[in-house]
Amino acid sequence: MKLVSPARRDAPSSRSPSATLLLRSVALGYLAALLVVPVGMVFYRAFEKGFGTAWDAVTTPPAQHAFFLTITVALIAVPANAIFGVLTAWVLAHYDFRGKRLLDVLIDLPFAVSPVVVGLALILVWGRDGWFPSTDVIFSTPGIVLATIFVSLPFVVREVLPVLEEEGTDQEQAAATLGARGWQVFWRITLPTIRWGLTYGVILSTARAIGEFGAVAVVSGKIQGRTETLTLYVEDRFQSLDLTGAYAAGVVLALLGVTVLAIMTLLQRRHGRI
Amino acid sequence: MAIEARNISKRFGDYLALDDVSVLVPEGSLTALLGPSGSGKSTLLRVIAGLEVPDAGTVLIEGEDVTRRPARTREVGFVFQHYAAFKHMTVADNVAFGMTVRKRPKDQVRARVSELLELVGLAHLGKRYPSQLSGGQRQRMALARALAVEPRVLLLDEPFGALDARVREELRAWLRRLHDEVHVTTIFVTHDQEEAMEIAEQIVVVNEGRIEQSASPAQIYDQPATPFVMSFVGPVTRVGDRLVRPHDVQVLTEPGESGEEAVVTRIARLGFEVRLELLPPEGEPLTAQLSRTEFEQLEVTEGQIVQIRVDPTGVTKEPVSS
Repeated sequence: MKLVSPARRDAPSSRSPSATLLLRSVALGYLAALLVVPVGMVFYRAFEKGFGTAWDAVTTPPAQHAFFLTITVALIAVPANAIFGVLTAWVLAHYDFRGKRLLDVLIDLPFAVSPVVVGLALILVWGRDGWFPSTDVIFSTPGIVLATIFVSLPFVVREVLPVLEEEGTDQEQAAATLGARGWQVFWRITLPTIRWGLTYGVILSTARAIGEFGAVAVVSGKIQGRTETLTLYVEDRFQSLDLTGAYAAGVVLALLGVTVLAIMTLLQRRHGRI
Repeated sequence: MAIEARNISKRFGDYLALDDVSVLVPEGSLTALLGPSGSGKSTLLRVIAGLEVPDAGTVLIEGEDVTRRPARTREVGFVFQHYAAFKHMTVADNVAFGMTVRKRPKDQVRARVSELLELVGLAHLGKRYPSQLSGGQRQRMALARALAVEPRVLLLDEPFGALDARVREELRAWLRRLHDEVHVTTIFVTHDQEEAMEIAEQIVVVNEGRIEQSASPAQIYDQPATPFVMSFVGPVTRVGDRLVRPHDVQVLTEPGESGEEAVVTRIARLGFEVRLELLPPEGEPLTAQLSRTEFEQLEVTEGQIVQIRVDPTGVTKEPVSS
């Protein structure tokens, strides 16, 4: 590496080209080694024996079932989190009440607690020996949905709340003095104000819902063709030494994730928030 | 009376924002609620608008008890200090809002919007977004938006507080002219006594959740009801045990005249006005305000001993100390 020339020293923000190159290489090399190569390997191994083999592996009945179960769970969990997330954020931004700080901290609980613990907690509540024993929740779709809602709950609140806090209540109050009813204020003022925060929250929630493994593994019982989500199916194939099946399903999962990420990036570019 | 607030009290936790406050606002008038920050003046305005619910008391608009009515049905126009512009809507849509939520016919809305934008001088900016307007333009848009629904009263909460001094001056004069044109009963909140004096017909001085005085600007200045009003609406100085305006302090150089002796400790020339700082042998320092002509006739210098007395004619009526 070259020494920094005296002229350069006057401009501390600009480094010599070689230093820049080095920093860039380190950052990119790190990303490549930890992210690109492993994910790339999954793609490579999935299609190693040809596209047809991979396609057959992900279109078996259990694979299709897992795919649609994952989508179904996300389609229930994400809207639920969107609605309750907006409601919670709205209450936190507009009212002062006893226990507000506690609620604020509780929202982050799913970030802090391991998903496996979440799964166990759900079994303690709904399982055979739990508080509300039910055969319809644990080892069934409702349990998977509950676990997914739990782990993806904070995203919408955390994206929407800062926007509401920043904007304050002036616009809503102005709308009220102009004769708008509560729901008119919500649809015409509040929702347009938080639309980007809500969008990001929904996208992050979706990515989390699709990718969840631990909590779902505990509550679902991993019954193939019944309660196996896509992540569980990947593990199932791997354990059964069906590596092509595992990698191919892994590719489907990765593509779902990448799609969500791409939508987010596109929206951010349009919204000018990068 | 267009607006009447009777015995309003409002508490926020331990803080008593309004303490048994009553105000009368005549039809078509322009009234200022004047007071320092935290005096409760904004709270009173918000209670009248229905944005706060009072703990006790009654609000009447055109004789009708609206205390339990939500803001939505009170037919008031409210303008916020920080504009409260609907950022995702164009200027025209902002102004139209009150009419569109009432589902007025579209052509009627369009006609009224262009009429109002014309009135506030934003006719050419209807398609812009609030972020593309200056502060002064945003506040005029907010005024047009409030006027669009033909409110019974117009309430302005520190409407020029967020603007820089020059724009504030312009908008003051503009608001005064606008009021002469539209004649809607208006209350505006301000902490700036000059602003209140310049545009209001009636000033209500608020301090620590109570009304100190409610009168015309001239009365407020010349016959302040309390020492607080006197010192809040203009400069004051203490001569002996009297509180007077510095321009009511007479400075005399000729010996033998009846008055109190004092030393001139400092002379500050402020253009038209000259301010003398004086120190009587016993007592606190005081200030006298002279015109430049008066000062030049006196020919005083720093360190000189002069006679001072309070102008017996045209003196501000001293408030009864409470």
